[in-house]
Amino acid sequence: MSAPSVLYDVPGPKAKARNAVYTVLFLLALAGVGWWIIATLVEKDQLTWQKWGPFFTEGQVWTTFIFPGLLNTLIAAGLAIAIALPIGSLFGILRMSDHVWIRVPAGAVVEFFRAVPVLILMFFANEFYSEYTDVDSDYRPLMAVVTALVLYNGAVLAEVVRAGIQSLPAGQTEAAKAIGMRKTQTMTNVLLPQAVTAMLPAIVSQLVVIVKDTALGGAALGFMDLFSQIRPIANNYFANTIATMTVVAVIYILLNNLLTAAAGWLEKWSRQRKTSSGAVVKPVDDNGRNA
Amino acid sequence: MFDFLTEYDILGAFWVTVQLTVYSAIGSLIWGTILAGMRVSPVPIMRAFGTAYVNIVRNIPLTLVIIAMSLGLYQTLNVALGGGTITTTNFRLAVLGFVLYTSTFVCESLRSGINTVSVGQAEAARALGLNFGQVLRMIVLPQAFRSVIGPLTSVLIALTKNTTVASTIGVAEASLLMSEMIENESDVIGLVFMTFAMGFVILTLPVGLLMGRVAKKAAVKR
Repeated sequence: MSAPSVLYDVPGPKAKARNAVYTVLFLLALAGVGWWIIATLVEKDQLTWQKWGPFFTEGQVWTTFIFPGLLNTLIAAGLAIAIALPIGSLFGILRMSDHVWIRVPAGAVVEFFRAVPVLILMFFANEFYSEYTDVDSDYRPLMAVVTALVLYNGAVLAEVVRAGIQSLPAGQTEAAKAIGMRKTQTMTNVLLPQAVTAMLPAIVSQLVVIVKDTALGGAALGFMDLFSQIRPIANNYFANTIATMTVVAVIYILLNNLLTAAAGWLEKWSRQRKTSSGAVVKPVDDNGRNA
Repeated sequence: MFDFLTEYDILGAFWVTVQLTVYSAIGSLIWGTILAGMRVSPVPIMRAFGTAYVNIVRNIPLTLVIIAMSLGLYQTLNVALGGGTITTTNFRLAVLGFVLYTSTFVCESLRSGINTVSVGQAEAARALGLNFGQVLRMIVLPQAFRSVIGPLTSVLIALTKNTTVASTIGVAEASLLMSEMIENESDVIGLVFMTFAMGFVILTLPVGLLMGRVAKKAAVKR
């Protein structure tokens, strides 16, 4: 039997005993923290059925608050990725231009929007729409959230697109040149279609970042997303703040794990596909860099 | 036109942003390293805890984590973290939230760094009779840290930008001042935005450049 990890040997009798001691100590520590949390929750009357029950017995809390909120979160995230993709692709391609006067400004725009916090973009977009446009104030938060997410994620996706195109074998460009294609034709007919497959996992995992960032709009702009339902629910159901936050967090966790799983599945699929180059762009990290 | 620059304490607000970043970065580095240690440890229960913690916390919106600190931990459970005034309490709660959240990214970066350390290093260390703690502390982690300076810098820059979320619980950092200014000075919102945007560029750009150089110098040549 080979060792489970290069960092330690297969445990012998002594190590097994030591691991058992660590297991017990660690469980005791966990139980201590858990006990403190539960005791505090009980002391503050947070573990009553009155507060948790509505999520299991009353459909109304789901149909009035959670589902509409979740729908708004999904709409904002969907719109953001749908608009950010073409913009990101455009800037990604512009950054690879042969002309310095296109490449450098495009690069500056991308780097700028990646350095600016999304929340600041949201504040600005919201105020901009209220000052200079007559957008209905019901839709303004949604527009501001989507605008900010598009600006930030467009910049991130520009890098993903660039990495996707650069991950293709040089033979693709050479073959396109050899049959007399122009630069634009090479890009639109040969490179982009292949790069999209390579980028799919990265794009889906970027959706996780977008879904999480929509909550900023809920907190700062009054956008009626899943996050912003916490207060109204707590107000309607006996101040069950802790219960509501837990349920909302679980929904976010499930949704994001689903997206991560989809990204992993897409990555496997595009690696195995016979027609593709086998190139896959790694998901970008927390700061929108290719890891 | 530029009156607003002197009317508000912009530098003071960015100083709070810097403080939030520094304290949270130190905390996340410590807690993230412990988490990474747990995730590669020989004790199954610790591995399970590390994996569960990372997969849960990483997928919760940071906004929710920060609000949970204020609304849940402080206002409902009355944990004030020893902060005397509401300002210091909120600051500490925000730092705690950032540490809990950012440490998951530190942990994942470190774990990928541990994977880049060649097998022979750990094997040689074990052959010398070092135990798990010694292998990790003396052989693997020092090399892992050197190879993940780049990814950790990304995490640090992301953290700097993420500190703006602290404004949702009323910590007087840059974005809270901006949201106030942008309402009062509605005729120059473009200028206000550019001021704060450039502030963040100034905060993050040199860190990225400097750490890029450090990463190149520190990388283990193989």
